[in-house]
Amino acid sequence: MSRKTYLQAINEAVRQEMQRDPRVIVLGEDVAGGQGASGEAGGVGSVFGQMKGLYHEFGPERVIDTPISESAIVGAAAGAALTGLRPVAELMFVDFVGVCFDQIYNQIAKFRYMFGGHATTPVVIRATVGAGLRAAAQHSQTLHPLFTMVPGLKVVMPSNPYDAKGLLIQAIRDDDPVIYLESKLLFGMQGEVPDEPYRVPFGEANIVREGGDLTIVAFGSMVPRAEQVAASLAKDGVSAEVLDPRTTSPLDEDAILESVEKTGRLVIVDESPPRCSLAADISAMVADKGFRSLKAPIKRVTCPHTPVPFAPTLEDEYLPNPRRIEAAARAALAA
Amino acid sequence: MQLSREDLKRAYERMFLIRTFEERVEKEFSAGNIPGFAHVYLGQEASGVGVCFDLSDEDYIGSTHRGHGHCIAKGVDVEGMMAEIMAKAPGLCGGKGGSMHIADLKKGMLGANAIVGGAPPIAVGAALTQKVNKTGKVAVAFTGDGASNQGTVFEALNMAMVLKAPAIFAFENNGYGEHTAQAYACGGATISDRVKGFGMPCEVVDGTDFFAVREAMQRALEHARGGHGPYALEIRCKRFLGHFVGDPQAYRTAEELAEARASDPIPRFRHAVSEAGLLEDADFEAIETAVQARIEAAVQAALAAPMPDPARDLTSDVYVKYA
Repeated sequence: MSRKTYLQAINEAVRQEMQRDPRVIVLGEDVAGGQGASGEAGGVGSVFGQMKGLYHEFGPERVIDTPISESAIVGAAAGAALTGLRPVAELMFVDFVGVCFDQIYNQIAKFRYMFGGHATTPVVIRATVGAGLRAAAQHSQTLHPLFTMVPGLKVVMPSNPYDAKGLLIQAIRDDDPVIYLESKLLFGMQGEVPDEPYRVPFGEANIVREGGDLTIVAFGSMVPRAEQVAASLAKDGVSAEVLDPRTTSPLDEDAILESVEKTGRLVIVDESPPRCSLAADISAMVADKGFRSLKAPIKRVTCPHTPVPFAPTLEDEYLPNPRRIEAAARAALAA
Repeated sequence: MQLSREDLKRAYERMFLIRTFEERVEKEFSAGNIPGFAHVYLGQEASGVGVCFDLSDEDYIGSTHRGHGHCIAKGVDVEGMMAEIMAKAPGLCGGKGGSMHIADLKKGMLGANAIVGGAPPIAVGAALTQKVNKTGKVAVAFTGDGASNQGTVFEALNMAMVLKAPAIFAFENNGYGEHTAQAYACGGATISDRVKGFGMPCEVVDGTDFFAVREAMQRALEHARGGHGPYALEIRCKRFLGHFVGDPQAYRTAEELAEARASDPIPRFRHAVSEAGLLEDADFEAIETAVQARIEAAVQAALAAPMPDPARDLTSDVYVKYA
């Protein structure tokens, strides 16, 4: 066990899986970097350094720099997976899914069902998500609801370094296609991460903090913010439970319902515009299956129904921030 | 390369099997026995059979919405296909895929694909597997003139070149993308000229001539298997029917349709082989009789089979394992 960043945890997961299984390959834009240039290749290791050093360890046959062609990257990953490899494809920013969504939702996600259960498509698509870097409307989205609504995909949103490694190893070993969403805001986050490989199973929520007065459900980079609010509420004697589902598909409905049964109050923090968000989805699920547990209306803390703005003054208010989360929590407690 | 009598019989059998299968699909569709859409391969038999003739089960193909002929050319079982097209439980995909999604991975058939331009990126990936695993096998993308205008196809062509993948792109140019002529939709250059713009060798082939297609494909295979990267064929062929079964085709003149029928690859093959004294009428007739019996049996079995059971089959096979 040693302290590592979220970024190092991601790198270690891919490295250890590539060491373990020769079928695992990495492909994407600048996963090595410098191919065909006047200097040395392999020094970039993805735009945030997630794949750093893999090219030197595994070579160009397994760490494959591609042209800027997301359809071909994801489509090739699909074909490689159907024929026996276990590709880890990278979308530099999840926003770029717009040019390759067909490969994901019409091809990868549907092969198994369309082909009567005879196809296995073990693809991992890693993509960076989230606002907060002043990267504006086309480099800051999260888009997890888009993937979550597609049958055939699994969707992972790690919120800390331990989960980042364990969920990515699970994703690579999983026989279904997995969308693995890396929070840009969390790359520098430190935590205890075992040196050996381990898996964190999908569909099992993490109770980040136990409490009895209020349940706060949050995903990815919203989890640390929910914890911050829970700590602040504790000073006033309010005991908030923070629940991180870890994966949006499958979703650990039981854990959410059990927590709400205990607390009777629910706040959902979701980095997404409000319509058709996970906040909306979970609200509906709890209203349907846990209505009698509720003592107050469900509160959803989301982004507004706007693109992600550039100006820091706007972006800071766009994201669910601790002030907005705490206000929602207090409203739920007061009802 | 000279073909043996057995090879010639196999080529004729495959083409005639496609012809008979598709004519029966047309008939069964009209009789209401096939739900949804059906796009048939009539007139293009020499293309699929010529391309697949020297492929093994370990070589891969990806296909199109007009994929029945590619499946048969690759050796996929016609009973399983007919049952699938009729939405029956014993179909190759359990009745969940249908005409536009028939797949048989054990035969190296990565699926018919109802997204125009679907196969090329997938074939690049299948070819990448062969390269990484050093199998010496190839992956072929069947795709059409309509797909030649899709951005995904351009990306796949370039990616195949960059990765030096053993991929072969078989552009079947039947003159029409759905109901619009290739002459209208392909801006500026021919398909082969555009492919060559990617630095990829591309031959224009007469798709009504089995021998021409097969020989071009042999050059493609030698290139790809030799580690020289991808290769492409623009196979010019004729679509006898419309985009789908039932398309009235008011956009094609009677003269054009008659001309398409006149360049039928099957009599052309038979004539050439007979003239050369390689097969007798009796050889052809024996093949035809056996094929007709096989298709009849496939249809009867499919008609008699049940559709999938919602209680068991509606929600299965979405995931290998979902928590």
